[in-house]
Amino acid sequence: MAKKKTIRTIPQDRTPMQEQVPEIRARNFAEVSLGYELAAAVRESERCLMCPDEPCIRGCPVGINIPGFIAKIGEKDFHGAYDVLTDTTLLPAICGRVCPQETQCEGVCTVGESLESVAIGRLERFVGDMAIAEGWSAVPYIEPNELRVGIIGSGPSGMACAADMAKAGCKVTVFEAFQQPGGVLRYGIPEFRLPNEVVDAEIAKVARLGVTFRMNALVGRLFTIEQMLTDMGFDAVFVGTGAGTPVFMDIAGESLSGVVSANELLTRINLMQARDFPAHDTPLGLGKKVAVIGAGNTAMDALRVSLRLGADKVMCVYRRGHEEAPARAEELHHAEQEGIEFHWLTNPLAILDDGNGNVRGMLCQRMELGEPDKSGRRRPVPVEGSDFELECDTVVYAIGTNANPILGQTSSLALTDRGYIVANDSLATSIDGVFAGGDIVTGAATVIEAMGAGRTAAAAMKRYLGLRDSTLPYAPAERASSLFGLAPEQRNFVRVQVA
Amino acid sequence: MVAEVVPNAVPYEIVTRTDFSDVTYLLEVLEPDMAKAAHPGQFVMVMSHAEGERIPLTIADFDRERGTITLVVQAIGKTTREMQRDLIQGAHLYAMVGPMGIPSHIEGVKKVICVGGGLGVAPVYPQARAFKEAGAYVIGVIGFRNKDLVFWEDKFESVCDEFIICSDDGSVGIKGLVTEGIKIALEKHDDVDEVIAIGPPIMMRACSQFTQPYGVHTVVSLNPIMVDGTGMCGGCRVKVDGRTRFACVDGPDFDAHKVDFDDLMARLKRFREQEKQVLDRWEQGCRIPEAPTMSTPGA
Ligand SMILES: Cc1cc2nc3c(=O)[nH]c(=O)nc-3n(C[C@H](O)[C@H](O)[C@H](O)COP(=O)(O)OP(=O)(O)OC[C@H]3O[C@@H](n4cnc5c(N)ncnc54)[C@H](O)[C@@H]3O)c2cc1C
Ligand SMILES: Cc1cc2nc3c(=O)[nH]c(=O)nc-3n(C[C@H](O)[C@H](O)[C@H](O)COP(=O)(O)OP(=O)(O)OC[C@H]3O[C@@H](n4cnc5c(N)ncnc54)[C@H](O)[C@@H]3O)c2cc1C
Ligand code: SF4
Ligand code: FES
Repeated sequence: MAKKKTIRTIPQDRTPMQEQVPEIRARNFAEVSLGYELAAAVRESERCLMCPDEPCIRGCPVGINIPGFIAKIGEKDFHGAYDVLTDTTLLPAICGRVCPQETQCEGVCTVGESLESVAIGRLERFVGDMAIAEGWSAVPYIEPNELRVGIIGSGPSGMACAADMAKAGCKVTVFEAFQQPGGVLRYGIPEFRLPNEVVDAEIAKVARLGVTFRMNALVGRLFTIEQMLTDMGFDAVFVGTGAGTPVFMDIAGESLSGVVSANELLTRINLMQARDFPAHDTPLGLGKKVAVIGAGNTAMDALRVSLRLGADKVMCVYRRGHEEAPARAEELHHAEQEGIEFHWLTNPLAILDDGNGNVRGMLCQRMELGEPDKSGRRRPVPVEGSDFELECDTVVYAIGTNANPILGQTSSLALTDRGYIVANDSLATSIDGVFAGGDIVTGAATVIEAMGAGRTAAAAMKRYLGLRDSTLPYAPAERASSLFGLAPEQRNFVRVQVA
Repeated sequence: MVAEVVPNAVPYEIVTRTDFSDVTYLLEVLEPDMAKAAHPGQFVMVMSHAEGERIPLTIADFDRERGTITLVVQAIGKTTREMQRDLIQGAHLYAMVGPMGIPSHIEGVKKVICVGGGLGVAPVYPQARAFKEAGAYVIGVIGFRNKDLVFWEDKFESVCDEFIICSDDGSVGIKGLVTEGIKIALEKHDDVDEVIAIGPPIMMRACSQFTQPYGVHTVVSLNPIMVDGTGMCGGCRVKVDGRTRFACVDGPDFDAHKVDFDDLMARLKRFREQEKQVLDRWEQGCRIPEAPTMSTPGA
């Protein structure tokens, strides 16, 4: 037994992760961060103090057993680490890449109080990537039952709910409006942050559980939620349709050619492959001087995509300051390294016409920070007489999204006054047998929260269907075959605690 | 990888292909679920192959018994011309999503003028039929540039109580634009509840301006550039009554007298350069002798 680690005995510096150099990566779509090598992962795992009070677990929205999986890495039992992760998360390779760790697990890490926190996200990604490379997937023994579950939307919430219900033995069908599954993971987050192969691999794991995917199915219009429960014979339904409807500002010049939402830009590029235009037919129409309004993850993606598509000057325009920017710290940092120009405390007032219906620039106003508002962030207030023109030929809106109206238009689901689905703590909606979670309930949030919501809804759905809950940690079927002397058939889906 | 995940992808087979002229063709696509769900006024998004563009096309007809959706397409650019070449009977679409958009409002209308300009005849047909089935008095007004471009006149006439056909050059029916036809109808009937006009934006604007002084409620079906058709991109935004609306989920039908047509027409030109580029490139590809080309059947 090694002697107890202390803050002084662990490796002091956070193990660096290889990255493409900014000058080169700013012109390609290959992944920016290259992930840990084996030795680096093991070294970083040694920095974890295995704190008895486990603050990181509480910091993680889904409560991953973080010290548990890090300990397995330390023992070089990587499959074991993967098992610990997949007790809780369906998508380690994805969450390791896109979670805002600095405000979650890493933000409360004890090591972070005196040194840089343990690189939990990088370690999670390391294990997730290894699982993909090695073809591991935690398929438990599944005893099929006669129950049928319909999932609307194939984003992280829908996939998580689908996976849990399939493990519980239900026949699960995922309906997705687009031609490819994944939700925002597919059409929103660009490949240099989250390569399509990683998304494909994680979806393939869900498919391996026996989940059927039906693409090109716009629920609400092709059939309604009510019809799913009656005519189509589904016993329960989960709605995970996301909050993808972009918001505009209703300022002058918004209809000019060259003004797009970040969703339109990213969908054209990620889902429709417009960056390969004209080899792919979908055009993009991006200019040389691009101004993106907003400073969240979506804005960072739009900025960095524009740079990679050859724009000469890419500007971030945000009415608050650097401190208030909601993007993941790593994305902001990467954007800065890549040469994005930041115009903090700048508020657009109008988009200017070049006389031919194209964008010539933006009329902006300087802001300063006043008193904190309801969100706790200091409210930006205009500086009198500070109007100025910012030259640009493309304006991208990344100021947030709203609930998609289709399910509201076509079902009797109770909605909030902003169009989100009303759901209780166990994510049951106003229709018996229909559950909902992810961005369509909370408004735009995060991948891990959506995934967690899918699992919470699955737990409630199982109770509703009279199935036993499966939230106990479990061992993969083959390894647990003799566990407690029970045959796998007898255990059904129930996860069994392995000491 | 993803294809493997989608073992049940519906094949969207073309069961009938008819050519109305060398630029206009009809595709009848097998999709029983959609045939059941479709209503007049709705549209689909189609991808003809995996590298293709998603393009919106109005549901021109649906047959619940045969389980089919009918589309009428005008070959104007790369995608629609490539489809004209490749989508023969027995071929498959890569993707077809729908029915999208809010169905047209049919109930409670006693007398209606259904106006179709050129290709717009196809999308307005299911509405004319639905009005007829709902017991309304239907006046059909359809217009073409000349006699050779006429299609579906019998089909359309069969659901109308009165029927007027117009042509720019007078080679068929009355000489003049569809607004001439609307004029005749409005002068004869002072109890028209609604005019519904579908066709090129310029024709819809003309109809809207024409009916405004009569104070007749007028509906147009807007056709801005769309990407997803599900309300996620905002590319299809139009200005109606001074507000930004998304045509794919808030429409495509809107009150014509409130639509900003200039805005619509300007936004339709957004990708003109790229459209030309991709078409030129495609046409060049077609001219290479080795490339497998298929002549347009029955042009
Ligand atoms: C550009 C961008 C970058 C982001 N970056 C990050 C990040 O770095 N880290 C992070 O944690 N979060 C990030 N997010 C947020 C995160 O992606 C979302 O919170 C999360 O994906 C929400 O998951 P969801 O399952 O609720 O819905 P979504 O991922 O939105 O998926 C919903 C799916 O449902 C489908 N759908 C909608 N309506 C219907 C219907 N009627 N019928 C059938 N299918 C339908 C949609 O097509 C879509 O595929 C980002 C978001 C964006 C847009
Ligand atoms: C709701 C709706 C219903 C429609 N119904 C029909 C129909 O029934 N039959 C039919 O022939 N056409 C219909 N259209 C128009 C059709 O979608 C376009 O003609 C088609 O996308 C052109 O593609 P292309 O590559 O062949 O031509 P391109 O050269 O790409 O474009 C030619 C013109 O078509 C328009 N257009 C281009 N791309 C799109 C797009 N993604 N979405 C919408 N318009 C675009 C633009 O005005 C462009 O200038 C409809 C459009 C909408 C929005
Ligand atoms: S899922 Fe996100 S919050 Fe949870 S441990 Fe992983 S990186 Fe941290
Ligand atoms: S086509 Fe994307 S929002 Fe309407």
